[in-house]
Amino acid sequence: MRLRKFIADVWLDAVALLVIGIIFIVPFIFIFLTAAKTGPDAAMFRFTWPEQFQLFDNIREVLEFGEGRMFLAMRNSFIITIVSITLIVLFSALVAFVMQRRQDRVASLASSIILAGLIIPPAVVPTIFLLQNIGLYRTLFGLIFVQVAFTMPFAIITLRAFMATIPRELDEAAIIDGAAPMQVFLRVILPLLRPAIITVIVVSSVGIYNDFTGPLYFLPGAQNVTVQLTMYSYISQFTSQWHLLFANVLVITVPPLIMFLFFQRQIVSGMTSGAIKG
Amino acid sequence: MRIETRPQTVLRTYPRWFYLPAGVVFTIFFVVPTLLAFYFSLTRWTLFDATFIGLDNYERFFNDPQLTAGLRNTFIYAVMTSGLKVVISLPLAILLTSRLHLKSVLRSIIFFPVLVSTIAVGITFGALMQPSIGLINNALGALGLGRPDWLGNPSLALFSVALVDVWKGLGIATVIFMAGILSIPNDYFEAARLEGGFWVKFRHVILPLSRNATFTVILLSFIGGLRSFDLIWTMTKGGPGFASDVLTSVIYKQYQAGFYGLSTAGNVVQFILVTIIVYPLMRFFNRRELEEL
Repeated sequence: MRLRKFIADVWLDAVALLVIGIIFIVPFIFIFLTAAKTGPDAAMFRFTWPEQFQLFDNIREVLEFGEGRMFLAMRNSFIITIVSITLIVLFSALVAFVMQRRQDRVASLASSIILAGLIIPPAVVPTIFLLQNIGLYRTLFGLIFVQVAFTMPFAIITLRAFMATIPRELDEAAIIDGAAPMQVFLRVILPLLRPAIITVIVVSSVGIYNDFTGPLYFLPGAQNVTVQLTMYSYISQFTSQWHLLFANVLVITVPPLIMFLFFQRQIVSGMTSGAIKG
Repeated sequence: MRIETRPQTVLRTYPRWFYLPAGVVFTIFFVVPTLLAFYFSLTRWTLFDATFIGLDNYERFFNDPQLTAGLRNTFIYAVMTSGLKVVISLPLAILLTSRLHLKSVLRSIIFFPVLVSTIAVGITFGALMQPSIGLINNALGALGLGRPDWLGNPSLALFSVALVDVWKGLGIATVIFMAGILSIPNDYFEAARLEGGFWVKFRHVILPLSRNATFTVILLSFIGGLRSFDLIWTMTKGGPGFASDVLTSVIYKQYQAGFYGLSTAGNVVQFILVTIIVYPLMRFFNRRELEEL
């Protein structure tokens, strides 16, 4: 009887784990196994333990490839991601603050523009043309501003929704105490927006770090390589170096993995709370 | 509106110049290029000089089978990915909000692919979908289910890429549905439990009350599907032939070939397609919901 009760209790867990495990975990195990193989072994695409386990040699080879290209790519990607996120959070929070507190004609105009920015895809070649004309083409700052412009609509919508949960009385108390608008924003609002800011930081930093299209169009050139473009070193029409390719995949997945381990609770709960009503 | 009647001292706390930094960056790097696109799509353009040629680019665009295939595929891809995401993620969200012991582990597992590079996912599935030695066909073969050429068969390639897109984006859709389900008051579930079993709960509580979540999932994945590029480019480069070309890959190919005017015309077609599909959807779904997102 106890066995039957136990089975009734766990069968759904077992089925769910099996199905979800096969579909969602097997590809990651495959990446890991292939990254640890020798070249010919990896090229067989088998789901087997490596004939010779050489994960660390492969990773070292990826890191040393092309005079430390991976380090250059990591540096570029980190600069782009960190500077973009800082600007996105600051600029978007300022807008979200005024927009939610002062619901006038300007706010509703801004709201339509933001919605358009969320929907309309970027105009690629005209953006290149513009960057060339203001001297920002092929520069990290050019790509940074483009990322900021493309990501702000999402950030403003997220922050504004959260802004509504911060009582207006708090700003008013600060004003009565003689605080200037910027002080109210920096000292009162920004700290209280924290949960929503974490959501914005996680979602957009992953988006910018993983972006391929942006660097492809706006940041060409060997000196400007970003992590997403490093993988193309190992793909050729005839003989791809699959073991190094997958070792490269593994290396560039480490930063998002760390992010995930740190913030996984906030990610899911942040997106769950206040995201959608009923 | 209430705020306008408050004293000036309070209004001054919310100065309009707070819009300025975001507004300037957004105008220069998004609005200006978008407006320029309409003009340059009417020209033969080398980036240094542009010759006005009227609607020639558009004429060429709609007469070239490759380009029209791209248009059709974009639409198919968006419908397929958003439809599959809804159909799969709603049951998953119900499962992951039920009394499961492993639910937090399973939630994390499903969400993780969202954070992984699209290029990496494309490369991995390219290997897994390899027709003669890939893991997927080895598994299907062992079960006697045939060995489709996922990415090499022109009538299958777009569908295969869409499946991978669903795999990668399922986590977001599931989280949105979970949020919808978790916000349903418990009384409704109690009532449904008294009324009957799971079907009543699903049909009369979860389905109607997670309407907004459904709309959000459809809209977000539709917008994403219409502008998708990275995955298709990594997995098929629009091939075989142009069987899986979409607007974004056509835009990139024309850009690479130096046809900047034509590429930009493709971009304008994309704006128009996205706007005429998404805007009415949004109206229909009640635009307030998306704004509250």
